[in-house]
Amino acid sequence: MCTMICETTELEGSAKGQKGWFKLKKVNVTYDHPFNAPWEYGINIDFVNPDMGVGSRVAVELSAQSAKELIETITAALKRGAIDPQIKTQ
Amino acid sequence: MYTTDQFEGMVAGTITIEGDQGQKINTYFARPEGPGPFPSIVLIHHLPGWDELYREFTRKFAHHGYLAISPDLYSREAKGAPEDVAAAVRAEGGVSDAQAIGDALGAAKYILSLPNSNKKVGVFGTCSGGRHAFLAACKLDIFNAVIECWGGNVIMEDSQLTKKQPVSPNKFTEDLNIPILGLFGNLDQSPTAAQVNQHELELKTAGKKYEFHRYEEAGHGFVYYDRPLYHQSSAIDAWDKMFNFLSKNLS
Repeated sequence: MCTMICETTELEGSAKGQKGWFKLKKVNVTYDHPFNAPWEYGINIDFVNPDMGVGSRVAVELSAQSAKELIETITAALKRGAIDPQIKTQ
Repeated sequence: MYTTDQFEGMVAGTITIEGDQGQKINTYFARPEGPGPFPSIVLIHHLPGWDELYREFTRKFAHHGYLAISPDLYSREAKGAPEDVAAAVRAEGGVSDAQAIGDALGAAKYILSLPNSNKKVGVFGTCSGGRHAFLAACKLDIFNAVIECWGGNVIMEDSQLTKKQPVSPNKFTEDLNIPILGLFGNLDQSPTAAQVNQHELELKTAGKKYEFHRYEEAGHGFVYYDRPLYHQSSAIDAWDKMFNFLSKNLS
């Protein structure tokens, strides 16, 4: 049965969906049944713009371990960017 | 049982019915051709939504001689590709138990109003739909039998309760007054084998008419042929048990 575990936050950015690029408004992260990945439970990340309808969604389904590695990878990139002279804080 | 000398037919498609609070909701309806009278079944879909699989399930019941109806529990929330709609609903914590029960009631009322109904109706559901089916069976007096397939969160911790899911369904066990068929995989993470044990014990203690079948080698959703957890021998046996159970209780 579904856990209904969902964490969500607003964010800025763009995502490329079925109809091309769209402006992002939110990300929904659930720890629940994936639609496609082969596990009973997974970390499902939906980048969405609810104002543009439910089809404005870029979906990623990860194992828990892969989700942790993604977090570490993003954190590592942010750390490098923080000391890179080319990047100014956005 | 179907025999090859039969000239069978089926009509299937989308209709609109009154769901919870009289609101119009889309519903998939499949029925055998012929005057009947036919028994009926309400199918309550799973978290992945009102999808192709549930349309197939609905037609499967019709093929076996049932007026089969599957309301779109997410009809109010959004329209779109089933997965996109389900993802949006998932992000909102699902639909409320009260609304799901109301939709099941609307579907049952509709199907019982048909002239070719034998005036008996069952309710079936898998995953979250199994949980909803159990709830509907406990809370409504319209159904004659219930099939609960791996309904997890029938037993909920207080920490899992939400506004939409305010009461653990097993608290309503005493209100169940119809036979229940429960089908579960012992490798399932939700419901766990221990939770199924508790669910069964509560039904037994309350003196309810129940049949529980457990499959040692099966996990969650073992009847879903489109998922890796499909388990062929368990699935085939489960379908046999479902149709035998309905035949006994809805004829």
